[in-house]
Amino acid sequence: MNEIPAPVLEWDLIAPLMVLGAVAVVGVLLEAFVPRGPRFVVQASVAIGGVVAALGTTIWTATRTDVLDGDVLARGQVAAEGALSVDGPSLFTWGLLLVLALLSMLLFAERRLGGGLSAFTGRAADAPGSSGEAEATRHRLEHTEVFPLALFALLGMMLFAASTDLLMMFVALEVLSLPLYVLCGLARRRRLLSQEAALKYFLLGAFSSAFFLYGVALVYGYAGGFGLAEVADAVASRTQERPLLLAGVALLAVGLLFKVGAVPFHSWTPDVYQGAPTPVTAFMAAGTKAAAVVALARVLLVAFGGAEWDWQPAFWAVAALTMLVGAVGSIAQGDVKRMLAYSSIAHAGFILVGVVGATGGDGITSVSSALFYLTAYGVATIGAFAVVMLVRDASGESTDLDTWTGLGRRAPWLAGAFALFMLSFAGIPLTAGFIGKWGVFSAAWAGGLWPLVVLGVLVSAVAAFFYVRVVLTMFFDEPRPDGPLLAVPGAMTTVVVTVAAVATVALGVMPGPVLDLAQQAGAFVR
Amino acid sequence: MTEYLGLSMLLFTIGAAGVLVRRNAIVVFMCVELMLNAANLALVSFSRRHGELDGQLAAFFVMVVAAAEVVVGLAIIVSIYRTRRSTSVDDASLLKA
Repeated sequence: MNEIPAPVLEWDLIAPLMVLGAVAVVGVLLEAFVPRGPRFVVQASVAIGGVVAALGTTIWTATRTDVLDGDVLARGQVAAEGALSVDGPSLFTWGLLLVLALLSMLLFAERRLGGGLSAFTGRAADAPGSSGEAEATRHRLEHTEVFPLALFALLGMMLFAASTDLLMMFVALEVLSLPLYVLCGLARRRRLLSQEAALKYFLLGAFSSAFFLYGVALVYGYAGGFGLAEVADAVASRTQERPLLLAGVALLAVGLLFKVGAVPFHSWTPDVYQGAPTPVTAFMAAGTKAAAVVALARVLLVAFGGAEWDWQPAFWAVAALTMLVGAVGSIAQGDVKRMLAYSSIAHAGFILVGVVGATGGDGITSVSSALFYLTAYGVATIGAFAVVMLVRDASGESTDLDTWTGLGRRAPWLAGAFALFMLSFAGIPLTAGFIGKWGVFSAAWAGGLWPLVVLGVLVSAVAAFFYVRVVLTMFFDEPRPDGPLLAVPGAMTTVVVTVAAVATVALGVMPGPVLDLAQQAGAFVR
Repeated sequence: MTEYLGLSMLLFTIGAAGVLVRRNAIVVFMCVELMLNAANLALVSFSRRHGELDGQLAAFFVMVVAAAEVVVGLAIIVSIYRTRRSTSVDDASLLKA
């Protein structure tokens, strides 16, 4: 009998994941043992505490990573037997995801808006409109499982961004997706829409991950290993069986672009963003995109960097189409959440422009520009959805864009914050969005992709026209008499809107510190 | 060897076509499972070709993930069925622009 050697795990490097995973498991236990009365508060505190602890651990780990000698700046090392790469981009993404998750957890924990009940259904097993549902509301039931579920999704996102092994990446993809499918179907109001969103997200998500998995199988067949480094070696040295490799890359890209929300795999985005409970939409829009973009960049640049000329033209087309469809689509929307969904598609396009520029070396690289853009986009997105949570009428959130007319007269601060997020999405100077756009466009320009950059600037102008129109209707039109009631903002949501607004301005006026962090993250370590 | 890969690709194509043309959410979901199993067959065949166990090991991971996916998927489909008394994906069409 051969002895099986025990795997060596670098506990200090993967500590953030361990902390978060442990807290999520503790959350499941709390669900079983804490009585119903205090359970919501306990779960929310544990989730928030766990995210803060993981954030602290991430910073601790980041200060301990070594800078590697080489042609380009890189730091960190491959850990967990080649499954994870704890490098600069991973650590930056972990930090970003944890900050975004912290804001989202505050939105999850918000109960003042719904009359003392959270935004999640009391008992998901009851059919909408049934007597059981009324009973659940009367007994003020709440699903507190949402906190552990969100933590597991967050763990999946962090693994997804750091995995440097295709099998690990597939498992991480599912760990991040499965809790999100469930969370999407748990809205307290408009439950039919919510369940429908969950079904659509689930079926399309499972479909796309099947493509991803088949791509993994084909690339394994080509390279003889799952590690991205092994794949990169095979790409560099093997010349036969090229079709196998290309088919594998294409199928992998389907799965990754689906999670990024890029055209032509974007059609789920508006439906799911609209139907899902708004805190979940905020978490998903900001977090999934960040994790998926980093994973996509890692696969393309680390594993298939040697076959750049084979995949780049297809990604130019995808990036161009994504920007166009997102920007044009958002103009036609009458619902705030759908509008934000199309806007997130357009942003996926802008980020892809930076990523496919595939520029390394000195100056702003593809990776660091994408990381900064994700930061700017993430905080503004969570802020915008937090505002959506506050504009309500008798039946819950009032997401019809018409009812937002004249909001600026009735709630200047709230509308002002939303306008700020819109301007950041539009890329107006002195907001974070401007610096983000400048970063991805200059990375793409340095990579010689000037046609995409020109198209990107034109699309930004179209999109800016639309965002500014929303701002104008909010501030310069008369409020409608049947306009939405403005809920008294709960403390948590107010904190989220304020933090997001301050961060959006701060990243626009003084981008230096975060931009430095993104640039020092350096290249992927294989 | 090639035969197994051919079969795997055939299964994958049947699964993908099924997802696109069938209307019952449960059948659609079964087609997705067919695609995952096609991937398993490909992994195991490639594993044999490379003369190592990584691919076979991956197939086990895929089975576990697929099982978890079934749990989540059927829960969502059942909750929709309770409301609408239908599992047709065409009936779920409230979300529109």
